[in-house]
Amino acid sequence: MKTYDAIVVGAGHNGLTTAAFLAKAGLDVVCVEKNDYIGGAAVSRNLYKDWWYSNCSYVCSLLRPEIYRALELHKHGLQVTPYGGSVTFMENGDYYGSYHDEEVAYREMARFSRHDADAYKSYSANTMRQCRFIRDFLLSTAPDPTSFKPRDIKELIRIGGKFMEMGEDRMYDTIRFWTMSVAEYLDEYFETDVIKAAFSGSGIIGTALGIHSPGTAYVLLHHYMGEVDGNVGSWGFARGGMGAVSKSIAGAFQAAGGELRTEAGVDKIIVKNGKTTGVALENGDEISAEVVVSAMDVKRTFLNCMDKNDLPASFHKRVENFKIRGSSGKVNIALDGLPTFPALPEGSSLYYSDMHFIDSMERMERAYDDWKAGTWSKDPYIDMVIPTTSDPTMAPPGKHFMSCFVQYCPHQVEGEPWTNEQRDAFGKSVIDQISNYSPDFRDLILHAEIRTPQDIEAEIGITEGNIFHGELTMDQLLFNRPVPGYAQYRSPVDGLYMCGSSTHPGGGVMAAPGANAAREILSDLKRPSTVPENFGDD
Amino acid sequence: MKSQPVHQGRLKTPFYSRLAALDTVNEWHQWKGYSSADSLYCEDTEYFAIRNATAVFDLTPMTKYRITGPDALDYLNRLVTRDMAKIRPGRVAYAVWCDDQGQVIDDGTIFHLREGEYRLCSQERHFAWLTAAALGFDVTITHETEDVAALAVQGPTSFSVLKNMGLKGLEDLKPFGLTHLDFQGVELMVSRTGFTADLGYELWIDPDKAEALWDALFEAGKLFGIRAIGTHALELARIEAGFLAAYMEFLPADETVRTGVSRSPLELGLDWLVDFKKPNFNGRRALAHEKRNGSTWRLVKLDIEGNKPAHHSYIFGNEKANKGQIGFVTSAAWSPVCKQNIALGTVRTPHGKPGDSVWIEIYYQREMHWHRKMAKATVVDKPFWFPPRRGATPPGPY
Repeated sequence: MKTYDAIVVGAGHNGLTTAAFLAKAGLDVVCVEKNDYIGGAAVSRNLYKDWWYSNCSYVCSLLRPEIYRALELHKHGLQVTPYGGSVTFMENGDYYGSYHDEEVAYREMARFSRHDADAYKSYSANTMRQCRFIRDFLLSTAPDPTSFKPRDIKELIRIGGKFMEMGEDRMYDTIRFWTMSVAEYLDEYFETDVIKAAFSGSGIIGTALGIHSPGTAYVLLHHYMGEVDGNVGSWGFARGGMGAVSKSIAGAFQAAGGELRTEAGVDKIIVKNGKTTGVALENGDEISAEVVVSAMDVKRTFLNCMDKNDLPASFHKRVENFKIRGSSGKVNIALDGLPTFPALPEGSSLYYSDMHFIDSMERMERAYDDWKAGTWSKDPYIDMVIPTTSDPTMAPPGKHFMSCFVQYCPHQVEGEPWTNEQRDAFGKSVIDQISNYSPDFRDLILHAEIRTPQDIEAEIGITEGNIFHGELTMDQLLFNRPVPGYAQYRSPVDGLYMCGSSTHPGGGVMAAPGANAAREILSDLKRPSTVPENFGDD
Repeated sequence: MKSQPVHQGRLKTPFYSRLAALDTVNEWHQWKGYSSADSLYCEDTEYFAIRNATAVFDLTPMTKYRITGPDALDYLNRLVTRDMAKIRPGRVAYAVWCDDQGQVIDDGTIFHLREGEYRLCSQERHFAWLTAAALGFDVTITHETEDVAALAVQGPTSFSVLKNMGLKGLEDLKPFGLTHLDFQGVELMVSRTGFTADLGYELWIDPDKAEALWDALFEAGKLFGIRAIGTHALELARIEAGFLAAYMEFLPADETVRTGVSRSPLELGLDWLVDFKKPNFNGRRALAHEKRNGSTWRLVKLDIEGNKPAHHSYIFGNEKANKGQIGFVTSAAWSPVCKQNIALGTVRTPHGKPGDSVWIEIYYQREMHWHRKMAKATVVDKPFWFPPRRGATPPGPY
């Protein structure tokens, strides 16, 4: 039987990224995927006639440009097109829009509060400062503070140096920032409820926390970090849907000689004498390799696909305790035409933006209250985009695809599996909310796919359907991600590595975990790295 | 005799009313006397219209000449360096023409409209040179810049837009092909040409029909993401395509003051446009000499590490920059579609062979403070952006 140099488990964007960088280094790599399509949660699915659905992840901004460039993803068909701003519709018939043009953005904010419009610059600078601090560490392995290895010490000194550079006041700010809630952070700058509500969404997306929960300010940063072509904080659509991201990485992988195998779900990661020797597939086949890399989340990897006896007990316990809670669902809709939003001026650039329908901090927090009570938000936070307003490839001309990211939505309803009626009721809460601001919307719906965390888990495999493969809270970030002592992509089993979003720097279609894991694996194999370095902005 | 006073201020192209109606940022510059938009609403959006949907650019101010007469082909063959006999009616040729020293006066496109009837388009005005070079040929050269309104329609959905407009036969039109169609009873020339290295067309029509053409085009393009664009977006696409621009990559030789600042086609990487099999053309002797003895300069396409655009940078042969500079960057950009830091530059031979490494001295500013970085760059020989859809015949819907 053939022995590979490495097996990557899971053909999502991170698994494919690790696979591509390993293959580029000359390794003989096979990437196995349980589904009959690749992409994991970065997919374009043909679920209705000529419509292509980005039915999981839906925007592309965190994808590291260094990786894009190193893998020449444009030659494998990837194109990312930025889109314009965002809008929050208000119950009183007004709306708050954000715009790319600085002065237009200012005027819009000043319409609500001159104070807030003037405060925006320092808010932006302070957020950017935090962003700069963390961005540098995205494409590098988190140092272990308990290690005395020269590289860990060197990296700790570098982080320390960057931290000290800020000066006393800003060091205090930074420590506060990492632990405070997004609501408190925004309160320090703004007075207008709708503006705070509009900004706070980024603090909770993908997180089972509310806007008043400590640690959500950091989540805001995680979203702010994205960039499209040097415009930090700007967002983009992958042409052809999010599947174009995984397809292009797979293209780079295959061009480097890699092998993709679909419908090849892994039953067990095989361990002999504390060392992995390969994987056993669900269909009974075995594939052998000295290196196995799991792109699955940390729980699925160690709790579902391994024998408990192959792992140290304390490690196993920590994996069990890892927080990876279902908090969001999706409603994906094929539309017969572009819905109108009477609040917006005709031809407004906000038609191309992402849309939200919660206009107060109170409503944001109430949405979380439902989740805490074990059910879906009756008045949910929706992050809605219509990528076909700029992408001509996802639906027939004049027709549209709408993606609604919906929060909060629990993995189970009051501790019980979802019923079909409950799923429909969840979908209805979304359609009802949008209809309040777009009277013709409902009649334009041709097809809708409603996905609860339970559905996402069943299809993609992510535990509880958590989009980040684990909460982005301080106790699960950097050297704590996923488990203290195992934050450098290695596991307690020799030859077994992790490369999914459960690892540093976390979720989003960023591909940084995949790239960082490849760097560590190549280093262990004493091969030159094929992984690019951070561009840096200084 | 009382003379007609010249027009004061800027001229308006036949599409001006339509551009002005779309304009929200009020950023214009002068292009050969005409008002031309830098941008109409948002440079980024305009750029992505080129790469993602359909972008419409008003290129009416482009200098145009009609060349006709029994000797038109012989004349052009004498004028330009490439073999025009190969360019059949219905085809378009990119060409350069040189002075007697083999230095480039300009580059442009020559449209073989019908048997013996040509249109030459260029950045600069060359009537004096064109007529001087016509000595002994039976040709008529007519300046027709104002007589032809022209639009570039570029981007992946451009074919769908034109098809939706009712234009027939474009399925079979190959890159550098042209065809004559009817638009509301007037001849519309459509060529599959452009300045973007993407799928795209250029439309040429009588100025009286310009507004009607625009309206029909935008109506047809409504569902295909059609957008008007200004020169800034086009310039970025031009650099990604690796195309030359006059006054950026070369100067018209007849306008230069100093010696050694002009360039030959060989120095601009246009060897493929110089056909020494032709018995005679302007500059042949000098170019043959240069071919034998080597060129002084070489135009290079640079793939530069990092993400800081190399505007106005010196190029060095080594990282320490201690042996003098070997050249300089002529155009630079961060390419949004390639996620690549790209530039065109001119370096002294023997430097700059494809695959060579050079170093670029990049200055950039962060919060008032200036920084300097020596960035490694690789010389590449292919355009940075050259998608398969550009050449697909028939073109895809998007």
